[in-house]
Amino acid sequence: MDHQHVTPQTQKTTKKKNKKKSPKGVQQQQQQCSDSQVVHDSECSEPQATQGQYVTSKEQPDHDIIRQVPEQQQPAAKGNKDQSQSAENTGQSNKNPTTPPADDPANKEALQQSRAQKKLRKQQRKAGGGQTEGTQQQQLGQQQQHNTQSHGHGKSDHHAKSQGNLVANIDTPVVQKSKVELKAERRAKQEAQRAAKSAEQGKGGKKGDVGMLAGSAAVPKRVPDQVRADEEKVQKKLARKLEKQQVPQRISAQKKVKLFMHLHQYEKTTSPTQGILINGSMHPAMLRLGLQYAEGFIQGSNARCIALLYALKQVFSDYSTPPHKELARELDAKIKPYITFLNQCRPLSVSMGNAIKYLKMLITNMPPELSDDEAKKKLNKAIDTYYLEKIQLAGTAISNFAIQKITDGDVILVYACSSLIQKVLCAAKDKNKRFQVIVVDSRPKLEGKEMLRRLVKHGITCSYVLINAISYIMPEVSKVILGAHALLANGYVMSRCGSSQITLMAKSYNVPVLVCCETYKFCERVQTDSFVSNELGDPDDLVRIDYNKAPLADWREKKYLSLLNLVYDVTPPDFVNVVITEVGMIPCTSVPVVLRVKNVEAN
Amino acid sequence: MFLDRMASSRQKIATLAVPFITDGSTILLHSKSGVVLNTLEEAARHNKRFQVYITQSLPDRSGEAMKKRLDEANIPCTLILDSAVGYIMEKVDFVLVGAEGVVESGGIINQIGTYTLAICAAQMNKPLYALVESFKFVRLYPLNQQDVPNDFKYSSSILDSQSELDEAHPQVDYTPPSFITLLFTDLGVLTPSAVSDELIKLYL
Repeated sequence: MDHQHVTPQTQKTTKKKNKKKSPKGVQQQQQQCSDSQVVHDSECSEPQATQGQYVTSKEQPDHDIIRQVPEQQQPAAKGNKDQSQSAENTGQSNKNPTTPPADDPANKEALQQSRAQKKLRKQQRKAGGGQTEGTQQQQLGQQQQHNTQSHGHGKSDHHAKSQGNLVANIDTPVVQKSKVELKAERRAKQEAQRAAKSAEQGKGGKKGDVGMLAGSAAVPKRVPDQVRADEEKVQKKLARKLEKQQVPQRISAQKKVKLFMHLHQYEKTTSPTQGILINGSMHPAMLRLGLQYAEGFIQGSNARCIALLYALKQVFSDYSTPPHKELARELDAKIKPYITFLNQCRPLSVSMGNAIKYLKMLITNMPPELSDDEAKKKLNKAIDTYYLEKIQLAGTAISNFAIQKITDGDVILVYACSSLIQKVLCAAKDKNKRFQVIVVDSRPKLEGKEMLRRLVKHGITCSYVLINAISYIMPEVSKVILGAHALLANGYVMSRCGSSQITLMAKSYNVPVLVCCETYKFCERVQTDSFVSNELGDPDDLVRIDYNKAPLADWREKKYLSLLNLVYDVTPPDFVNVVITEVGMIPCTSVPVVLRVKNVEAN
Repeated sequence: MFLDRMASSRQKIATLAVPFITDGSTILLHSKSGVVLNTLEEAARHNKRFQVYITQSLPDRSGEAMKKRLDEANIPCTLILDSAVGYIMEKVDFVLVGAEGVVESGGIINQIGTYTLAICAAQMNKPLYALVESFKFVRLYPLNQQDVPNDFKYSSSILDSQSELDEAHPQVDYTPPSFITLLFTDLGVLTPSAVSDELIKLYL
């Protein structure tokens, strides 16, 4: 037995041994012999914590063997706060002896756990510095196994917080479980406790960043950082992340509309690459891509995704794994700052997000025995296939389905610019269908002009109106065909701002609405309004009406005036008659079914 | 084997639909449907007391044939004009129809007049139930009445003889899914959106 005496001074957390250093001499050491008992890392304890009890050797002989009772594993440190109030904690501390690590594997387990504990503590500390001494001790104590059982108290896990003492269970038999299982159990416990604690504290839907806890059903869903721009904590976290990844941070917009303070918006005065290191880690293809996004040279979800795939191809071909490192990890780590940078330039579209997810999955699952060249070839092929299957061929399949719905004499209304809709209409024209198109356009992007140009070039009869005129022309329209940026899991269609207006008008005039969307744009997100998650465009785009007229030029000086330029909006499924995807024509409500089927296939 | 399935599916549908027919209910039917007949007979066997209104269903007068069958089953039934649907709607509790086909959107294709019936029922907040076997599911997605293929709407003799179909009267119409409350099929009781889910599961 190594640690018969756990004394403050000798405790030191090392990789080899279970020695812990405790500032005030509290030893909280839980070792496990064969299975993982949570090891307490006294190093993490707050300075005030712990006038602890320490284990003396005389207590040990009774508790040589650490019993493993996995389900009673230590709850999350955070969750301990409520337990700290439990009166039962006080009595137990003195009874729990330290159990020495029985052997090396046990030590290793202990170390891992101690590291885990450390992490938890750190996060805990960050999250709530106001923990009392007692709580701290209890948290420390919670790391212990349910040693309470050994004393025949039959107390539950939560009450096992003795103040920082070690525990051993004599009564419970040794349950040999695998490390993984135990860890998972412990995590689940911690999650549950955390949830209990947050529920108590009324934290509601927001969670701190505790990376190590796996999601469990008990935990409230975390609100993504993308829609928490108004929180200082999130801003700081973002700043730290950008600094770590060497991505220049953009200046936040000064005058945001109150209702949209939770969304990110950046001033366009400085370039997103301002301050970037020339010899930094950013690949030039990525830099170029980011600037193209920020300046608006590449628009449209398909175009952005294709440009991203192309740039990633270049990144992959220029990449080489450093010696003694694995491609799976290195490449993944390499791409992270690129994605962050692109996000800073312009928020990622759903199509880009899905493509990145797919590639990341490929990279992390790359078998380590493949050489660099082979792996790069594989990735290249995957990108080509992704583009071919999900974008190009899908577009062709969608055109084939959509053409069936276009009859001679149709007057079709389209909105803004969609590469897919343009493909559909051109294909229909090639099949010699007789139809007319009305292109509806809106400020400030005026993308309809580009659509008009492309359609007319193909020889299609077109008219052009602005969105304020749709009530005039809607009686003339026989069907509306729209593109989509993304289809949400509850059947809502996310598209260019203005499309929901068009569908609403179509519904009231009883005009069928067809939405064309590839399945790779289907997203698991759910939203029912356009406020929760959106993209804020440049408000200065609204200022200029004409070449000479700009009545709002001094809007920043006016105290009570702010300009809002929303990019997307969501349309409820009741207004959409049919969604045309490459798997067929489906009603809007069947989007989650397709997602489910795709997930099943992917697995 | 297919015929066996046909026979058994009718029985399954009847079993599912009978709980919805409560004592003292008034039902509105349209045109002749074997499945509906089977269900009503089953309900009568369960000693449920209900009253039936059946539309005349021109041009083929299939409503009258249905009335005869219902009389044989001793179910109290009244024949009404097609145009009297709006008049009678306030008296009925729910509407029961069969279908010649169920389309991918969850809507149904049935004897002409069903659409009118459905609009009226929706306006008066009366549920519309469709009883249909699963083999009647069709891989079609009509957007409106025009979109239903001509083979469904007109008999082959008319299609052959007449080049201009403007003069001809269609025999079926399409009822969009928003007007249908529930579909009773041998796969279970489905909402119109679930129809598409089932189809995707089958075909994807």
